[in-house]
Amino acid sequence: MNRVKRTLAPYLLVLPGGLWLLLFFVVPMVTMLSLSLQQGDVVNGYRFTGHWQNYVDAVTDYRTQMIRSLVYGLVTTVVLVVMSFPIAYWIAFYGGKRKSTYLFLLLLPFFVSFVLRTISWRQILTDDGMLLHPLKEAGLLSPGFHILGTSYAVIGGLVYNFLPFMVLPIYVALERIDSRVIEAAQDLYAVPATVFRKVVFPLALPGVFAGVLMTFVPASSDYVNSAVLGSSSTTMIGQVVQAQALANSNYPMASAISFTLMAVLLAGIFVYARLLGTEDVMKAAAR
Amino acid sequence: MSTSPPHSSVTAVSATGERTGHPAIEFVGVRKDYLSHGEAVPAVKSLDLTIAQGEFFSLLGPSGCGKTTTMRMIAGFEDPTAGKVFLDGQDVTNIAANKRDVNMVFQSYALFPHLNVLQNVSFGLERKKVAKAEIKRRVGEILEIVSLTGMEKRQPKEMSGGQQQRVALARALVNHPRALLLDEPLGALDLKLRQQMQIELKRIQREVGITFVYVTHDQGEALTMSDRIAVMNNGLIDQLGTPREIYEKPATRFVAGFIGTSNLIDGEVSRVEDGFAVLDLGTEGRILAPVPGAVVAGQKLEVSVRPEKIDLHRTEPAGFTGSVLAGTVAEVVYHGTSTNYAVTTSTGSDFVVFDQNANDAEDVASRGERVFLTWAPQHSYPIGV
Repeated sequence: MNRVKRTLAPYLLVLPGGLWLLLFFVVPMVTMLSLSLQQGDVVNGYRFTGHWQNYVDAVTDYRTQMIRSLVYGLVTTVVLVVMSFPIAYWIAFYGGKRKSTYLFLLLLPFFVSFVLRTISWRQILTDDGMLLHPLKEAGLLSPGFHILGTSYAVIGGLVYNFLPFMVLPIYVALERIDSRVIEAAQDLYAVPATVFRKVVFPLALPGVFAGVLMTFVPASSDYVNSAVLGSSSTTMIGQVVQAQALANSNYPMASAISFTLMAVLLAGIFVYARLLGTEDVMKAAAR
Repeated sequence: MSTSPPHSSVTAVSATGERTGHPAIEFVGVRKDYLSHGEAVPAVKSLDLTIAQGEFFSLLGPSGCGKTTTMRMIAGFEDPTAGKVFLDGQDVTNIAANKRDVNMVFQSYALFPHLNVLQNVSFGLERKKVAKAEIKRRVGEILEIVSLTGMEKRQPKEMSGGQQQRVALARALVNHPRALLLDEPLGALDLKLRQQMQIELKRIQREVGITFVYVTHDQGEALTMSDRIAVMNNGLIDQLGTPREIYEKPATRFVAGFIGTSNLIDGEVSRVEDGFAVLDLGTEGRILAPVPGAVVAGQKLEVSVRPEKIDLHRTEPAGFTGSVLAGTVAEVVYHGTSTNYAVTTSTGSDFVVFDQNANDAEDVASRGERVFLTWAPQHSYPIGV
């Protein structure tokens, strides 16, 4: 009796979460996959016909937005790594007793809705808003200068919104570094820059790796920042999906684009992981 | 800064550690305070210490005695609050750790987890811009000394504690430092391996001829390995001397208790005869202890005697002229090579007696029996006179 219980226990524990995933992840995925191969219109309904053309259309019609999204995601991720490392480093090594306070401050904006925060950025960046107006008055910028509606605004918004997702994993990796390992490097004649390059950075790479995964994927498929801060020239693939699904009710096209995006991101991440698996990255950086 | 270029400073150190005739390490009036809740707490109160070239020197004491702080001041990880530190005659008090020609073996080894054995051991030489071929030769040589040849490509996490220990040792020694600092390096190893490494460390030190400064709280380790020992307590050196001096002639009550087992007797000198103070305990016996001329009758005296110097008898030995003390056996513990007795005496404290099981393994006395403890006059050691 006891033995049976013990054998079953792990499965029983997995059951609620497993059912949840099945219901809210697997079922919609399968439904969407089927949708992406359907034909028809919103009035007469869609029927499954194995219509591959949806995918061809998705790639040909929305290639620009797809590539733009990946570029924005990539630029955002690179900017995030560069910006987050010093923040994480400072909190981990100089935070002292207030570490948790600083981490809390970093997360504080998250208590306000994502959309609201992005809209507030719009207030700041708008053509005669609190940032540009004084500069234009002072003659430092030409009256026609604008940020809103450009790629800079969208990427700026993306960086702002995803910052904690890069800082936290890097912080965790840095926090785990044994201070004596750093002392050992100093003891072995390493100047501060070398200590960073040869010891601290390689040991923080697993955190950078995790941070990249956690920011590149959602940043590439984001639709809020471009909608709020961008213009028609910054349209991202997420917005296209949203428009196809909610405005045009073209569910097959929305599904086909989503699956294409998912495939591209998965392939990208897979290549990234294979080329730069953390173990290899650490070894490469050590050389 | 008066350091020579890194490359030449490496080659300037001969394998035997011979140098300019300066002591390897010198502390002059060093104090170190830590700030704790805004208050300066002394970790090292006052330190004047000279460590000779090629010496195996141990800093021994309980945790919090200041031994690790002392070592970290040699490495350059801590700045003295006052005083000066010299390495090979050169004032290094204000020189950063990465510019000091000493290397450290950390308590937890602190190997670079992302580098293999070869990369770990080459780290210091690469920073000193030593030529590739030379690095290769020296790393090969040192790996042979620490018996790790063939393990160059291993990652630290793939190695046992003992092997990691050797990597840490090689990583430091390969640089031919002026002194090697070892911070409780054997603490994480099990007893057998620890004893093996003690012998090994001693051999390596003889082979490379580099000054070793060894921090430990294990008195056995310090006694077996060191040329000299500084016993530290509360931020001060209580006694500095050879293992034999420290064991046989403890300078303070703390040293007597910390190094090995001591039986301590507090008493009053009854008279002084032929350079020996006599503490008369009436029917319970008498204690004789060699004392300098300044000791006079009526003076308080603290005497230490080691357990292995004491003989245990069932009857009062007739005609014995040394120290005699009566007592009752409280405990008998068989230890294989010896039998240990705890004997309650009129001096107030229990005496510990080690009786070698050399001739026969039969116990001399059993619990509750009245016994007499005797030892030669010169085996009493008066503390602090």
